[in-house]
Amino acid sequence: MSLLVIAEHDNAVLKTATLNAVTAAAKIGGEIHILVAGAGCGAVAEQASKVAGVAKVRVADAAHYGDQTAENLAALIVAVVANPASGYSHIIAAATSNGKNTLPRVAALLDVAQVSEIISVVDADTFVRPIYAGNALATVKSADATKVITVRTTGFDAAANSGGSAAIEALAAGPDLGQSKLIGRELTKSARPELGAAKIIVSGGRGLGSGENYHKLLEPLADKLGAAMGASRAAVDAGFVPNDYQVGQTGKIVAPQLYFAIGISGAIQHLAGMKDSKVIVAINKDPDAPIFQVADYGLVADLFVAVPELTAAL
Amino acid sequence: MKILVPVKRVIDYNVKVRVKADGTGVDLANVKMSMNPFDEIAVEEAMRLKEAGKATEVVAVSCGVTACQETLRTAMAIGADRSILVETDVELQPLAVAKLLAAVAKKETPQLIILGKQAIDDDANQTGQMLAALLGWSQATFASKVVIGEGKATVTREVDGGLETIEISLPAIVTTDLRLNEPRYATLPNIMKAKKKPMEVVKPADLGVDVAPRLATVTVTEPPKRSAGIKVADIAQLVDKLKNEAKVIA
Repeated sequence: MSLLVIAEHDNAVLKTATLNAVTAAAKIGGEIHILVAGAGCGAVAEQASKVAGVAKVRVADAAHYGDQTAENLAALIVAVVANPASGYSHIIAAATSNGKNTLPRVAALLDVAQVSEIISVVDADTFVRPIYAGNALATVKSADATKVITVRTTGFDAAANSGGSAAIEALAAGPDLGQSKLIGRELTKSARPELGAAKIIVSGGRGLGSGENYHKLLEPLADKLGAAMGASRAAVDAGFVPNDYQVGQTGKIVAPQLYFAIGISGAIQHLAGMKDSKVIVAINKDPDAPIFQVADYGLVADLFVAVPELTAAL
Repeated sequence: MKILVPVKRVIDYNVKVRVKADGTGVDLANVKMSMNPFDEIAVEEAMRLKEAGKATEVVAVSCGVTACQETLRTAMAIGADRSILVETDVELQPLAVAKLLAAVAKKETPQLIILGKQAIDDDANQTGQMLAALLGWSQATFASKVVIGEGKATVTREVDGGLETIEISLPAIVTTDLRLNEPRYATLPNIMKAKKKPMEVVKPADLGVDVAPRLATVTVTEPPKRSAGIKVADIAQLVDKLKNEAKVIA
């Protein structure tokens, strides 16, 4: 039995999310292969070959894989696994925006179900996944010959990115289907850690009142802590920060060592994205805010006074 | 151009979900059900395209039990011209829904199908992508802006790290993210009008689709409860706790 993990990367760097997916694959058991599809992605293949526990890295390097468009990527994955000699029992990707975009397309082309965002592995056919914004956990068993799975990265530790020495093998690229073309990207540039990989996250909500206040109050705190910055849906909807800051059911799911919820009331959709954090600190002036029901340390205070005081005290 | 908008009947997003004691699922008896919020955004987007003269007809589709008629009436109250119910009591999983929708799309031949990116009950985030695969169409998921051109669409997508804009050929699938639009409220006159709009009812067998589930639910449980911690008096105590009790900062 072998498993195919789809690499998450930007043609230069293998993203940590891939390492979480490799750990999920290792829990299922079997020979782990990583598929790197990209353009000029040789460096990524090198990095993938060093991941502990990986037996083989298969690389499809062609211009039309460079932007990770779902149509071309799904067709390639299907071509790789449809060959019965390949013997892949599981196709696994991290539940990133690329993984979520591409894998259901693969599943449908293979006429199998997808198991989305698993948080644990029971056995090779059986997985646990959150439903209803994490208010229930479903254990599901797949009857399909090939299992297509996305992995919630917070559910699995990252595999070591060194120590492995997998063979790298080139794959023939498929045709460019020409259905989709990237026009542009507006990515948030930041020197801070990524939300998904940060040990500490400072998150702000509507209580901050404006984007200006968000930056003025929270950035010095995040700088002191070396933290990533997040936000509630309310803060994103109000235009304080861009969409990629959003933590919650439909935003990013995070589980850092320490999560600061500042001026966040704690709507169920927000809690769904952060309640697996190790330690949660809430600062809110409303003593009845639901966030206090999940916070390890709650401070009922005016955040405009408390946050600068906290920054100064650290 | 015709737009197809699939809509799903789900537990209302304000309802507190309770897991059944026997572990077979969540309790849906006597619980308020509504249209999946992302699907409302999809219906709204279709209506805006129609009002802008880009679309000529908006057709809502739902797959599921008889009560999904209410969801379709809601879609028609927002403005959909007519609707189709694929009626079945079988538990429908995303692959089955995608197959039913593909069969409907082959009959209706829309140029655009707009779906919610995920349903707030199973949080699967699969149906749109699967439908695109089955039809062999291009896809633009997690859309925050849609511009229809000649034989193509330009879609801005919410992705990890920011925004991405892609150009896709039509026919195509678009799935909606939260910030695509703010859905309108259905007015009373429009709710009344919706009752007279046509609704066709078909069965999965009429469409030649096998809807048998592929995943068996072994059990549904409550997630581990996180208990409330303590309230600290001031910043000094907070910093002390973080350093010496939780040991999460140095």
